Formats: sequence, structure tokens, C-alpha cells
Amino acid sequence: MQIDLRTVSIQPLRQTFDHLARRFGDKPASRYQEGGYDIQAAENLHYKPTWDPDQELYDAKITKIVMQDWYALKDPRQFYYSTYTLARARQQDATESNFAFVESRGLADMLPPAVRETALKLLVPLRHAAWGANQNNTLICGYGYSTIFTQPCMYHAMDNLGIAQYLSRLGLLLGDTEALDEGKAAWLEDSAWQPLRRYVEDTLVLRDPFEAFVAQNVALDGLLYPLVYARIVDDTLSAQGGSAVAMLTQFMTDWFDETKKWVDAVLKVAAAESDNNRAVLQDWIRAWSTRAASALLPVVEIALGAQADDAVGEQLADFRARIQKTGITL
Amino acid sequence: MDMKVAKKKLGLKEKYRLMTRDLGWEPTYRAKDEVFPYVNYEGIKVHDWDKWEDPFRLTMDSYWKYQAEKERKFYAIIDAHAQNNGHLNITDARYLSALKIFLQAISPGEYAAHKGFARVGREFPGVGTQVACQMQAIDEIRHAQTQIHALSNYNKYYDGFHAFADARDRIWYTSVARSFFDDAMSAGPFEFMIAIGFSFEYVLTNLLFVPFMSGAAYNGDMATVTFGFSAQSDEARHMTLGLECIKFMLEQDPDNLPIVQGWLDKWFWRGFRVLGLVSTMMDYMLPKRVMSWREAWEIYGVENGGALFKDLARYGVRPPKGWDDAEKAIDHMSHQFMLGLYQWSFGTSFHSWIPSDEDMDWLSAKYPTTFDKYYRPRWDHIRKLAVAGTPFKNFGLAKLCQTCQLPVVFTEPDDATMSCHRETEYKGEKYHFCSDGCQHIFDNEPEKYVQAWLPMPSLFQELNGDIGAWMNWVGLRDGEDNGDYSGSRDQRNFDQWRGMATSNT
Ligand SMILES: [Fe+2]
Ligand SMILES: [Fe+2]
Ligand SMILES: [Zn+2]
Repeated sequence: MQIDLRTVSIQPLRQTFDHLARRFGDKPASRYQEGGYDIQAAENLHYKPTWDPDQELYDAKITKIVMQDWYALKDPRQFYYSTYTLARARQQDATESNFAFVESRGLADMLPPAVRETALKLLVPLRHAAWGANQNNTLICGYGYSTIFTQPCMYHAMDNLGIAQYLSRLGLLLGDTEALDEGKAAWLEDSAWQPLRRYVEDTLVLRDPFEAFVAQNVALDGLLYPLVYARIVDDTLSAQGGSAVAMLTQFMTDWFDETKKWVDAVLKVAAAESDNNRAVLQDWIRAWSTRAASALLPVVEIALGAQADDAVGEQLADFRARIQKTGITL
Repeated sequence: MDMKVAKKKLGLKEKYRLMTRDLGWEPTYRAKDEVFPYVNYEGIKVHDWDKWEDPFRLTMDSYWKYQAEKERKFYAIIDAHAQNNGHLNITDARYLSALKIFLQAISPGEYAAHKGFARVGREFPGVGTQVACQMQAIDEIRHAQTQIHALSNYNKYYDGFHAFADARDRIWYTSVARSFFDDAMSAGPFEFMIAIGFSFEYVLTNLLFVPFMSGAAYNGDMATVTFGFSAQSDEARHMTLGLECIKFMLEQDPDNLPIVQGWLDKWFWRGFRVLGLVSTMMDYMLPKRVMSWREAWEIYGVENGGALFKDLARYGVRPPKGWDDAEKAIDHMSHQFMLGLYQWSFGTSFHSWIPSDEDMDWLSAKYPTTFDKYYRPRWDHIRKLAVAGTPFKNFGLAKLCQTCQLPVVFTEPDDATMSCHRETEYKGEKYHFCSDGCQHIFDNEPEKYVQAWLPMPSLFQELNGDIGAWMNWVGLRDGEDNGDYSGSRDQRNFDQWRGMATSNT
């Protein structure tokens, strides 16, 4: 028997789950709320980790940042798995057509040789830096506290991997496998890349998830993305006939604009929580961004030569202004 | 102008290598031990991470594309399900008990898997392994979320779903699954992979998901069918990862074999105990049954598991130690469980019930050697008490197994008339176990298992045995979420709503 159930009008007993009603009242919850708030085990954890018996299995105390409620670190994009994946699927579609456009019209071969060389020298080694970012965000997701704070870090880690893969494709397209080999050799040995590699390796030993967040997502990427993708690729290289390169890195430009809103929102809420948090964040951001700026200088020089110093200085000023808006003075 | 130079044709494997493991490098500014501090203490020897065979080759662009496609379909279906009162399509509201247990005990496990895979996705020093684990990490949060989203609509109309987050941390029966995942996450990265990646995903997942999803299909639950179906291709990837992991460990060094074998023994038995809940669901909780637990075990346990361990024999692996005891328990466990759940139904956020005559006939047909002999008489007795208005309720303290955390309700493997109970004394304290398997697990790592949080003793210590206070604390509403299905609000509402759909009044 086929019955038409749509015609039945019935009253729901309740609008949402208890833990969401406690936070937001008994009204229909969004899927972001359902998929994020309080879904991490919180109490009666059974065993201490054998890999570090001083920690709890989910432990808010492994960072210097103290939050009364870690679920306050809301993502303004309200990403949960579905909205995240749908957003990235659209972007990869656009990136795919950009790559196809450049390939089908032979634009890579028409690049002025100097531009192509700069692009390869500058961008290909960055695939390793992006892998470092993946490591850090995976760690923050794994050991950070509360789904609302940690799930975007998993998405971010997969984005970092995606970016490393787009940079690899860019290298293959502009210079074939040799370009990747040369880029890796430069990352490992060229003096221009050593301060940055040292920076990345120093972040890989951080075990305070929030400090890793600051060192990677706030300080390093907060300087690297605008310098490399906006200033060098979109402005300088495009002006030299390299707009094809800008097409291949459009994902990165858009991605930084989108994700920095989330990074800023996290900083803002954490800093507003207490003077202690603000002071810790201030110290971390000051120390890591100063280091990041000097590590990026020789990298920026690859493209900007003598103007690199000014470019990094200006970017650092912009960065400070941006951080200032989150309530943290540097 | 430059000459157009033909690009090298890269094979799939080589291309994937460039997109993944070529991204990593040997650190020189920091010691490798600092970057990967947890990879050595378990004693697993890996000589060459490059020998890792990628179990699947998926770059992020295709991952986003495929997964987004599945997400679009999934949410379109569950939106329609919610709008069209799809919940009234289920056979009857007894079916929901299985979903309530799932949301309280299994979905949190998906989340734990997400966290655990993020951790090992960082801790393994091989990029290939890391990437595969990271993809599983993001898949598993997908599973937790799609399950919550699919069941969210049921929560609006039925009891027992609303406090799943509180139940996850506090109610007694969820600690069976919770302690299982906590156990895996508190282990080192290699044991985690054997526990979740291999034992759970590869050996046991079919026994959990296939019966569950076919149960949903047989009983008209499109929401659950949809999340199960949508997760299938993820699970296929997870299974190949689990298998690659165990093979990789075994191939890297012969010294790894005894360690891996010990973990297989442990995690098979841990997993088998968790699956006890599935046996009950299959034999008792589905208004329209798919197959018996015994039949599912024959296919997914004996046949598939047998073939798998035959395949692994070339590495020197033997079937898990508890395999024979498991086989002996198959014809008893669902009955013992359901009898337990029924007598403690005052303390469950789902309903149980006395099987009808028709149910019992089905059970005796499926369990010809055990049901009539041992379990029908007990149900008959319970039914008599219910008819007389003095229903059988056990408010007593259930003794829980220190390892698996199930009440000690099982019988001796070779004598179904003797209840099985084991004890170990450790540092002056007595610990209780449901089986040899659980006792062995404890004896191998007593320092770990003495820490277990046992929900029943806590109830009596912290709440002085005040059942009402305990119910508040676990989010259980007496008279709504718990007790016998017959006479419950779920039953009344479902029958009334269905009546509205099928009649003109
Ligand atoms: Fe899963
Ligand atoms: Fe899985
Ligand atoms: Zn046990």
C-alpha cells in the first residue's frame, strides 16, 4: 500500500538535541551546529594515552591558551564536511578550467622565459612548505580541543595538501619533472630557502596546538600568501606578461582571502577571552611573524630582487594592522 | 619563441608519487625523533617507508569532486525524507531502538576514528601513509555528521535520541563502544591502525554495517539507508588502507609479527564484544528481520574472515586467539544480551520488549540447538510476570567486565548452563571479567585497564544509588525514553500518526 505521508501534519515533540537546546534554545538547529557542537567526548575518558601519560585523551591543557568554552571559536564560514566539500569542489572546477585554458592555448610556452624561470624558482619549492602546513594543521585537528575549533583545521590540512598538489602540477606544466627535482633540491640546499625550511621544521616540533596554529596559519601563511600570490604573482609577474601563472595560482589567492576570515575570527575570540590569552597570543605572533618575515625575505628576493626588503616591510605593516583588528597589539 | 617541448608521459603511480610522497623531506634542522616522537615506543620496526604501497591514489582535486557529488545526493534525499514525513514509512517504531543505540554508541565512534586518524596522519613518518590516514580522518568526520544529520529528524518525533551526547559520556551501555575507541586512541599509532584500520574496518565492519543497512532497507528507513550507501565507497578505501597497513608492518621486519599477532588477538575480541549489540539488533530489534546473527556470522565472519586469515597465513599470522570462543558464543549472545537489556530497561535510552510468539518461533527456527532449550523458558517466565502485572525489573548493580564493560551476562563457552565469570587480583584489588578473552587483555596491560571508568560503580559512589539523579545526569527521561516498548509514547504516537495517514479521520 502506498500512502501519502506528506498530507499528515504532526507536531514535533522537540526541535533539537538536548546539548544544542542548552546552548541555543529549543529551536531547529543548523547543520553546522548539529555537526560541530559537543560531538567530541568530554567526560569519563577511560585511559591515559600510552604515548604521553601526562595528557588526557582529549586535553584542553596541552596549550597555553585557556578557554572556558572551546566551542566559542566559531568558524564564520560555518563549514562542516558538506559545505566545505561543496565549496572546494566548485573551486577545483574553476582551477581545472584555468589549467585547461593555459594548456590548450599553449600559454605556458608563450611565457617570457624570465617570468617562467621566476615562477618555477619561486613557486615549486613552496610545495614543500605547503606540506609542512598540512602537517601542522593535521596536528591541530588531532590534538586540539573541541570540534568547532578542530574540524576547520582538518579541512585546512587537506587544502594545504591540495595547494601542494596544484603547485606540483604547475611545476610539471611549466617545467616538467626536472622542475620538481630542482625545486626540491633548492628547498633542501639553496641558501635562499634555508631560513624558511628551518622555520617550517621548527614548527613541526611544536606540540601546543594553538601555537602551531599561530606559527603556521597566522604568522607564516599570513605573510607568505599575500606576498607570493598577490604581490608577486598577481601584480609583478602579470605585469611582465605572466598572467597565465596567475591563472594557475588563483585557487591560492581566493583560498587565502576566504580562510583568513576564519583565522581572524579564532584569534579575536581567543584574545577577547582573557588578558592572559591576549598576552600569550601577542608573544607568539610577534616572535613567529618576525621570524617568518626574515625567512621570507630571501624567497621574495627571487622575484623582486632589491625591492624585496620594501615589499616584506610593507607586508609586515599590513599584517600588523590586520592583527590589530583582532584585538591583539603587536 | 620557445619550441614546444613534449612533456614526459607520467604513469599513474609516478604521478601520484610526485603529488604525495615527493612533498616530504628528511628534516635536518630538527631531529626526526622530535618531529615524529611516538613512532618507536611500540617496538614496530620500519626500515623503509618508501615500500608502502598506496592503497588508493586520490589527489585532493578528485577527492573534492567525488565527495561533493555524494554529498549533494545525500542531503537531497534526507531533506526530502524530512519534508515528507519519511519517518512514518518505517515498519513500526520498535525499529527505532536500533537507531538510538547507533546514535548514542556508534556515531561517537566515527568521531573518535576521525580524531584518531588525524593523529596517526601526523605521527607516521611516511608521507604515503600519512596522506591515506588523513583522508580517512576527514571521511570519518563526514560519517559522524551525516549520521547525526540523518537521524536529526527522528529526534524531533521520537524519544531516546535527544540526549545522545550526554549518553555517549555517561550512560552505562555506551561505555562499551566508548572504551573500545578510547582504548585504540590511547594506544600508539601502529596499534591504532591494527585496532581501527584493520580489525574494525576490515574484519568487523561488514558485520556491523551490512546487517545495519539492510535492516534499515527492510524496515523502510530511507535516511539510514542513504547514509550507509553514501559511506560505502569511503569504507572501501578504509578497508584497503587497513589491509595495506598490516601487510606493511609484517613485511618490514619479522620481529613485528608477534606484536601484530598480539594486537590481532586483542582487537578481535574487543571488537567481537562490541558487536554483541548488533547481534541483538538483528535477532530482536528489527520488526522485519533480514537474517539472523548466526547467518550473518557465517557469511561475514566465517567465510570472509576465514579467507582473510588464510591469506595472511603466509606472513605467519594465525587466526585471532578468541576465534573459537566467538564461534561458541554465536548461538547464545543475542539472547543473553536481550534478556539483559530487558531487565535493565529502566536504565536504557531505548525501548526493549518481550518477543511475541511469532518472534520466538522465528528464533527457535534460527537457533534450533539453543533457543528452545535455554532462552524460550526464560522469556515465558518474564512474560508471565508481565501479564500478572509484576514485570521483571532488575535494579541491582550489574557487575561489569573491567575490559569490555559489558555486564557479565555470558555463559561458559562449553556449558550454557554455567555463567562465565573470571577474576584477576592486581595490586590488592579484584577485577571482574566476562570471558577469558577479556581477562587476557587485562593481564597484558593491567596498568591501562585499571584506569577504566566503570559507569555502574560510579553511579553508586557519586550519586549514592539515587536512580532519579542518575537519570537526570545521563539525560534519560523516565517513562519516555526507557522501559518496555509496549505502552510507550513512541508506540502511541507512531500508531496515531500512521493512522492519520491511512484513514480519513
Ligand atoms: Fe566511518
Ligand atoms: Fe571507516
Ligand atoms: Zn568482557
